[in-house]
Amino acid sequence: MSQDLYTQIVNSPPGGFIAKRVGLPQPTALDRYAPGQPVVKGQVLVGAAPGGRLSSSIAAVLGEAKIDTATTLAPELRTAAADAGLDASVFNPEAGGDRRFKGLVFDATGIKDSAELVELQRFFHPSVRKVQSSGRVLVLGTPPEDTKDPREHTAQRALEGFTRSLGKEIGKGATAQLVYVAPGAEDLIGSTLRFFLSPKSAYVSGQVARVTPGQPVPADIDWERPLAGKTALVTGASRGIGEAIIETLARDGASVVGLDIPQLGEDLKKVTDRLDGEAIELDITSDDAPKVLAAHFKAGVDIVVHNAGVTRDRTLAKMPEDRWQSVLDINLSSEERINDALLKGKRIPSGGRIIGVSSMAGIAGNRGQTNYATSKAGVIGMVESMAPVVAERGITINAVAPGFIETQMTAAMPIAVREPGRRLNSMNQGGLPIDVAETIAWYASSASGGLNGNVVRVCGQMLLGA
Amino acid sequence: MTPTVRRVAVVGGNRIPFARSNGPYAHASNSDMLAAALDGLIERYNLQGETLGEVVAGAVLKHPRDRDLTREVVLGSKLAPETPAYDVQQACGTGLETTIAVANKIALGQIDAGIAGGVDTTSDAPLALNDDLREVLLDANRIPDTAGRLKLLTRLRPGMIKPAIPANQEPRTGLSMGEHCAIMASEWGITREAQDELTIRSHNALAAAYDKGFQDDLITPYLGLERDQNLRPGSTPEKLAKLKPVFGGPEGTMTAANSTPLSDGASVVLLASEEWAKARNLPILAYITEAQTAAIDHVHKREGLLMAPAYAMPTMLDRAGITLQDFDIYEIHEAFAAQVLCTLAAWEDPVFCKERLGRSAPLGSIDTEKLNINGGSLAAGHPFAATGGRIVAGLAKELSERGSGRGVISICAAAGQGVVAILESAGGSK
Repeated sequence: MSQDLYTQIVNSPPGGFIAKRVGLPQPTALDRYAPGQPVVKGQVLVGAAPGGRLSSSIAAVLGEAKIDTATTLAPELRTAAADAGLDASVFNPEAGGDRRFKGLVFDATGIKDSAELVELQRFFHPSVRKVQSSGRVLVLGTPPEDTKDPREHTAQRALEGFTRSLGKEIGKGATAQLVYVAPGAEDLIGSTLRFFLSPKSAYVSGQVARVTPGQPVPADIDWERPLAGKTALVTGASRGIGEAIIETLARDGASVVGLDIPQLGEDLKKVTDRLDGEAIELDITSDDAPKVLAAHFKAGVDIVVHNAGVTRDRTLAKMPEDRWQSVLDINLSSEERINDALLKGKRIPSGGRIIGVSSMAGIAGNRGQTNYATSKAGVIGMVESMAPVVAERGITINAVAPGFIETQMTAAMPIAVREPGRRLNSMNQGGLPIDVAETIAWYASSASGGLNGNVVRVCGQMLLGA
Repeated sequence: MTPTVRRVAVVGGNRIPFARSNGPYAHASNSDMLAAALDGLIERYNLQGETLGEVVAGAVLKHPRDRDLTREVVLGSKLAPETPAYDVQQACGTGLETTIAVANKIALGQIDAGIAGGVDTTSDAPLALNDDLREVLLDANRIPDTAGRLKLLTRLRPGMIKPAIPANQEPRTGLSMGEHCAIMASEWGITREAQDELTIRSHNALAAAYDKGFQDDLITPYLGLERDQNLRPGSTPEKLAKLKPVFGGPEGTMTAANSTPLSDGASVVLLASEEWAKARNLPILAYITEAQTAAIDHVHKREGLLMAPAYAMPTMLDRAGITLQDFDIYEIHEAFAAQVLCTLAAWEDPVFCKERLGRSAPLGSIDTEKLNINGGSLAAGHPFAATGGRIVAGLAKELSERGSGRGVISICAAAGQGVVAILESAGGSK
């Protein structure tokens, strides 16, 4: 599924001309990742509030990723860049020149008091106009809960309002995120910086991610194939978002196992054959499903993506129990049972990843979807409750919450429902299945041991449920 | 046989005041100006009839007819006609490169004394035939019969009258030197204020040098000019702030004031072995003790066009076994104020020093009170090939007056090159 027709039209010269005159929204054609591309196509500017603790970690990541970098004149940033082998140029807003940046990264961990939040204005005010199309804004802070001083807690919590607002006004397909880096997790920010700076995060904006202490980044990691040697199970893999997920995990080097209901067995086989993977035809709600899977993965499964899901929409007044129950069982309860069986059977080794698929409905609620939204909010609950449990075994659990994604399901919506869904977000367009898949691959990465308990929306910063 | 290396003395220098393009020297040729500078030097040091080891000079903008420019000027001078000469061209590095060339032969004992120099005119510029016209005329020359030639002339077009004017443009990037420097200023974060401040200092310092008579034995007045025409002392930051940027677009920081203007002028320097100078009772102002030329890849590696001196310097310092701070005087050619400030910023920057220079620590900062103390190119003007001689003579004289100390010269050149050299005081041997 490529861009929607409207986005294609307004990105043609005559279409753009008309849209501008008539005042129609003008979605930007978003950059998307293709294998072999550099992490960032363009220069990334790094700034820092005085006294931050992430300069050297940021410089190390940008240096290793061979990202063309500029820094402000801050001495700690110049020293950090030199130490990291990062051949960074200088940016001084008072020095003129036609500078353009694909990304802006700001270390806000030095902000200890609300009065110091002005550092955000000082860095971004002169640089934000220089951000290119599909540009990236990243603010890195300290998780408020990890601060010792109330003033620092307040100031760090305030960062969220900044990134969420900047995401809404920056335009041109650019995104803005806040990454909270807990003390002790400084060396684990690589996969997150790369993801949020690259076109892989095309449809993710206004999000908050937390990087916390976890398993270290493997020394020999291949960033083109961070899942090499891993086995990944994807449920609902025969089509749509599931198909994109399993393709992306295979692209990143995983041996993939696709699962879907027997009725979709033929479609599933086509997908897994193409990816040199395995197909499992199974109804995940069946009583023996957990046992079947535990038996199947005797040798273990590193990555479990609970993607399978259904909608059975009805307002609650018209909702019979079976309609309620099937949605809850497929979207939530079966996932809990499978997790329990795989964990109990020690089928998920240390370094394992469990990834759920929530939904914007689970966050904001949706008319006619009390059942669906309940199940999807439950996925968030599952991530919250299981994160500390699996952490003890070196496993992480996280979820994505897709917004409007261009699929067969959304294509079938009536236009009056579809168009607002598509346009009411900072990108003025729907996302693609690949956008969800890339986010899942970010969680799945061997370098993402610092991500546990996150729920990141893939919604183009939808105006609902913000 | 291993040659012994001799100390090379700077005996003295001479130049004509530098003029702005199409000013008083509008009708003076490179030969005229180089001859005027040379004649003044001959007179000051009584070189009439001397056969010198060699005279080396050059011009950046040179007419095709000026084949052997320097040799022809020597033949027209009071030096013995048996004095050999040759031309060198290395853009703005020419004047210092000729100095190094002559000094090296003296050091090796191949010659005992020589003159180095340079000259440039941007007024009497060499216009060439339009390339299309040239092709038609050359083709016509190759055809034997008149009918064929006449037929060929039908290829002539009115547009071919337009001459080819030498452009201040890098052939491989299409950008002018100023545009290149504007990119550097941005990449190094150099502000307009810092550039204007350096500019004011340069003018005031040169004016003070004239006022105290420092230039008296460094200059021969020419065509009614006694001081450099570009010199404008007493300017203020407020006045300079009013100027519109000329490079780097509307947000640019480079103006007509903090960039050198196109200029006309010539300079020469007399170099000799100690014995030669002493035998003639000539002064020894300073010794040339080290030199280094470097080049950078501004085409493929995105290095700033005028950053080569930043590379040449550490190589030379390492060989000399000293640090950037071990100088009493720094003469950094002010092609643009931004070029000087970029170079200083680069030497202070841990990233540049580690990633580009491969050094564990930055070269560090310099005491800017020691920088271009008698004014620089921003004030004097910059006839490309003549700048090196101006700086060598001025630094040697300053070291001589102090009676001790060490000075360094840094000159950036077009095409990504840079030349640096060290001069040391001759101490009591004056």
